[in-house]
Amino acid sequence: MTTAAVATATRAMRRPARSRSLKAWYRNGTLVAGLVIVGLLVLVAVLAPLLTPYDPIKQDLQNSLLSPSADHWLGTDKYGRDVLTRLLYGARVDLRVGFLAVLIPFVIGSVLGALAGYFGGWFDTIVMRVVDVFFAFPFYVLVIVLVFVFGNGEKSIYLAIAAVSWVAYAKIMRGELLVAKKQDYVVAARLGGMSHGRILVKHIAPNVLSQALIYAMSDIVMDIMAIVTLGYLGLGIAPPTPEWGSMILDGQEFITTQWLQATIPGLAVVVTSLGLSLLGDGLSDLLSPERRK
Amino acid sequence: MLDRFRFVPIRLLQSIPVVIGVTIVVFFMVHLLPGNPALTILGQTATPERVAALNTQLGLDKPLWDQYFIFVGRLLHGDLGDSLTYQRPVFDLVFQAVPITLSLLAFALVLSLVISVPLAALAATAPGRLRDLLVRVFTLIGQGMPQFWVGIMLILLLAVKARAFPVGGYGQTAAEHPYYLFLPALTLAIAMSPTTIRSLRASTINVLGADYVGTARSKGASGISLFRGHVLRNAAIPTVSIIGVNLGYLVGGSLVIEKVFAIPGLGSLMINAIFSRDFPTIQAVALFVALFVIVVGILTDVVYTLIDPRVDLSSRERA
Repeated sequence: MTTAAVATATRAMRRPARSRSLKAWYRNGTLVAGLVIVGLLVLVAVLAPLLTPYDPIKQDLQNSLLSPSADHWLGTDKYGRDVLTRLLYGARVDLRVGFLAVLIPFVIGSVLGALAGYFGGWFDTIVMRVVDVFFAFPFYVLVIVLVFVFGNGEKSIYLAIAAVSWVAYAKIMRGELLVAKKQDYVVAARLGGMSHGRILVKHIAPNVLSQALIYAMSDIVMDIMAIVTLGYLGLGIAPPTPEWGSMILDGQEFITTQWLQATIPGLAVVVTSLGLSLLGDGLSDLLSPERRK
Repeated sequence: MLDRFRFVPIRLLQSIPVVIGVTIVVFFMVHLLPGNPALTILGQTATPERVAALNTQLGLDKPLWDQYFIFVGRLLHGDLGDSLTYQRPVFDLVFQAVPITLSLLAFALVLSLVISVPLAALAATAPGRLRDLLVRVFTLIGQGMPQFWVGIMLILLLAVKARAFPVGGYGQTAAEHPYYLFLPALTLAIAMSPTTIRSLRASTINVLGADYVGTARSKGASGISLFRGHVLRNAAIPTVSIIGVNLGYLVGGSLVIEKVFAIPGLGSLMINAIFSRDFPTIQAVALFVALFVIVVGILTDVVYTLIDPRVDLSSRERA
């Protein structure tokens, strides 16, 4: 069989299953619920300036710590800033950093894991040893230390998260590749004289990336948790930029009198994670139906 | 019987490269600091004499590899240097804090089982029905809550409003400690439960479909006795490894939770060290925690082998 024939044959074998599952996506309730929640959050984040008349940063000390009212639905914080406004603008920061933070580890981890799994040998040994070392450090320990080492700011958060979370992608992709490289379509392509690079990109990648993608959904949740936690510890996005974690920190001070201030930003995180988890679960049903429990 | 534990020395040997890797990471943390580490640690206003003194103390005036071997040599003698804040050996500080963090973790582990086992049983015995759905909602929301925020909410509800528990601290006497540790342990237990419930639910459903459960049923076992005598032990096996992995994650979470509840364990030690730029202490805590995770990994496999006579990790060792 020629390479082209093999390629066509494998594509033909794959196509029916995929288009069937794609057609059924709207019947996947979990996925739709996740899409709606995440979509609304992104919309709120983008439209924040239109949704509120207040400035998220400008202080108004005469109106500090107001209780919820018609003017300020969720009250004001200790600097007199509207809490709802900061919540909406906070969505911009937390969602953006959460989504962006996933990209670098996704790419680095997937590529390293895929190469390690595909080629094996000394490269695999080295990569997996490094992965083992990083896995020994609990997520927060390394993220907190690295953010400190790299210095405060958004860039450090990306670097720290990338340094810590690439290992999970590497592990997933290596496992996928170990299975995939023994599949008939890969063996056939190899016999057909196709180069390793072409096999990896054209044939294996489309089949194995879905697992990394599904993991990425739960990873975004983890990253948002990390950003919020860093903000709460005073190591994250620097004030006065509105960010949910630092809002909880500010609110904790007034927990006895204005308990809403610490409660609401946390609820925002819960809704965000819920949406992303549902989206991840739905995607996993859609992309790998054979792995459903 | 003992044959099945042959993997323990092998695993210990295999963890040596990982431990070496961990010491390399911990060592190089100092060197990732931008600019002169001593200057960064002491702040820009430090006098040149103090910078030079700290450079010598940290061994920063020697070639990198020499520094690393000095670091490891001192480590093997149980010496990680003195805390820059307290002027005391950091090992003393760490060993003072370790029992507190460990008791918090143990307490949390017990509480998480108290939460997870009944909920998983409720869900698994009626898959797809209302109570299964409610448990799934609980796990989804539980996974989405920032741990420190759960802690603050528990403080708000049970300490500030209900006045049933202290808002923080560790207490003075041994009798007070469990009372003070209850809310933080509950916080961690809530954080840990969702994954435990999910895993336990799935494996319980599997076990409930097994022939031996059908046999037990036909012989009249039902309800709690069926669950305890026949189902739980088998369903727990896959969950043990999940809990093992989770414990590592939990250690990280406990560091933050200790800060929320002002508990003088490893977490407070590390976070305070970060703010005072006390690098030897940060290194010591990071090192200790990583070693702890490695040990827990091996212990998990031991427990796994203990509760399931069919498991033989020695025969399928990974390369």
